[in-house]
Amino acid sequence: METFLSRYRNLTALLLLIVGQLLLLAYQVKAREDVRLIRIWAVTAVTPMARAIEWVRGGTGGFFSGYVFLRNVQQENHQLREYSSQLKLKNQFLAAELATADRAKALLEFRSRIPSRTLPARVIGTGTGANSRVVYVDRGTADGVKRGMAAITSEGIVGKVVASYPTASLVQLITEQESVAGVISQKNKVRGILKGQGKNTCVVEYIQNEEKLEAGEWFFTSGADRIYPRGLPVGQVKMVREGRGGKEVTVEPSALRGGGIEEMLIVLDGVHGLLPEIETKPDTEISILPPPPGETSTQPAPSAVSEQGGQLQQTDADKIREKYKRLGESQGFEYGASPGRVADFNRPVPAAPPPPKPETVKPPEPAKQ
Amino acid sequence: MAHDDNLLPNQPRKTKVPQFRIIAYLFIPLLAILFQVYVPRFVEYLSYLELPLLVTVYFAIMRRQPIAGAVIGSAIGLLQDSLSQHPLGMFGIVKTLVGYFAASISQRFDVENSALRFILSFFFFLFHQFFFWVMASGLLGQNLEFQLPQTIIFAFLNAVVAVPLFLILDRLRTIER
Repeated sequence: METFLSRYRNLTALLLLIVGQLLLLAYQVKAREDVRLIRIWAVTAVTPMARAIEWVRGGTGGFFSGYVFLRNVQQENHQLREYSSQLKLKNQFLAAELATADRAKALLEFRSRIPSRTLPARVIGTGTGANSRVVYVDRGTADGVKRGMAAITSEGIVGKVVASYPTASLVQLITEQESVAGVISQKNKVRGILKGQGKNTCVVEYIQNEEKLEAGEWFFTSGADRIYPRGLPVGQVKMVREGRGGKEVTVEPSALRGGGIEEMLIVLDGVHGLLPEIETKPDTEISILPPPPGETSTQPAPSAVSEQGGQLQQTDADKIREKYKRLGESQGFEYGASPGRVADFNRPVPAAPPPPKPETVKPPEPAKQ
Repeated sequence: MAHDDNLLPNQPRKTKVPQFRIIAYLFIPLLAILFQVYVPRFVEYLSYLELPLLVTVYFAIMRRQPIAGAVIGSAIGLLQDSLSQHPLGMFGIVKTLVGYFAASISQRFDVENSALRFILSFFFFLFHQFFFWVMASGLLGQNLEFQLPQTIIFAFLNAVVAVPLFLILDRLRTIER
C-alpha cells in the first residue's frame, strides 16, 4: 500500500484535494447551507481594502491624477496649456462630483416617493470570476440587510442580495445568468419571467405567441417572485419575435443601462405598488371640430342601440337574457321570487315595445336661385 | 531523423526550479483577486480578465511539482470562491486541476518560452471555463449557457495579458535551485 501511494503520490494528492472539495461542495448543496465562516473571513478581510481604495479614489484620486498630469505638461512646455488642462481636469472632477450628487439626490427623491422601506447602499467591488455580474455593496447584516432582498434604483430593479455579511452584501445583478424576476408588461399586461443571460440584456420567457407585445413596451415587476415589489420598472422591450415555444423577447434593463452602477437602494420592507398607467398625450397634429350646436357627443351611436328595446345590447348573452326576461314578464313570473314555479320558455316571445323614434333631422332646403 | 531532446524529453526536465519569497505566494494571488473584485467597477471591459487563473498557471509552471501546483490552485480557487456567489469548491476544484496539469506540463516543456506560455494560458482558460460550466451544470444543476465564441475570444485576450504578466512575475524570482 505504501509503495502504491508513494508511486502515485501526485495522483493521490490530487484526488485527496478534489475529493475534499467535492465533499465541501456536496455538504453545501445537500444542507443548502453555506460555509459561512470562511466567507465571512474572506469578505471581512477584503472589504476594508475595497473601502480604503474607494475612499482614496473618491477623496484624492482626482487631485492626484491632476497633479501627475500637470507635472507632465509642465515638462512639455506651455504654461497656458498647463492652466487650461488644470481647468479641464477641475471641470471634469466637478462634473463627476455633480453627477454623483445628482444621482444621490435622484435616489433620495425616489426613496421618499416609494412606499417600501429602503436603505441606500454603495457599490464597493465586483464578484470574482471572468465576466462576473455580481457586486459588493457597503451594507451588511449590521444594517439589517438579509439574503433575498431586492436592490433597486429610480431607473428600475438592479438585482437581489444573494449573501449578506456583517459589513457588506453580495448583490446578484438582474443580468446574471441565474437571475429571474416576475414581470408584467405595462400596455398589454402580458406576464412572463425575466431571465438574465450573462449579457447586458435579459430575456422574458413563457410568453405565448398569441400574446400581444410591442417593441418599446415597458415591463414592470409583477410581484409574483416575492422578491421585487410590484410596480417597479424593469426595462423596455428591445426585440420581440415569434419563436418555437413562445415569443422571444429581449429586454434592456433600465437600471443597468449604460454600464456600471454606483449606488442603489436595498428594499428592507417591500410594499407592492400599482402599475403606472400609460400617459396618452392628446394628438395635437389632428384637428377635430367641436360637435354642432344642439347635439352632444355623448349620444350612443345608432348601431349600439337595440332594434327591439332601444337598450344597449352588446353581446349575445345580453340578447338571450333580454329574451328570457320578456318571457317571464309576459307570464307574471318574477325571477328569484317564486320558488317551485318555472316560467314556460317554449311560448312565443312577446313582441318588444316599439323603439323610440330617432330624431330626424330635416335636411336644409337648397337655396332658391 | 534527429530527435530534439530539449523539446520533449522522455524524462522530466532537470532544470532549475525558480523560487519565490513566501510573501509573493501570499500577496500576488490576493492582488489578483482584489484586481478582479475592484477594477472591473471602473473599467468594465477588464472583467474578462481571469487574473487568479493566470497566477495559478504561472506559479504551477514555475514550481514544476504537480502537488505544489494543485495546492496553489486549490488555495487560490477557494479564496476566489469565498468572494463569489458560488458554493465553495467550484473555482477550487477547477483551479486544483489547472494547477496540477500546468505543473505536470512544465516538467516536459520549456515554460520559459513566451509562445508556450501564451498557448498554455489560452488552453487553460478554455479548460477552466469549460470545466466550470460542466460542474455548474452537472453538480449544481444550473442552466448556464456555454458561449464558445465569447470564451475563445476571452481566452485569447487572457493569453495576450499573460505573456507580459509572466515576464513581470519572473522579476520576483529570488533563488534558482
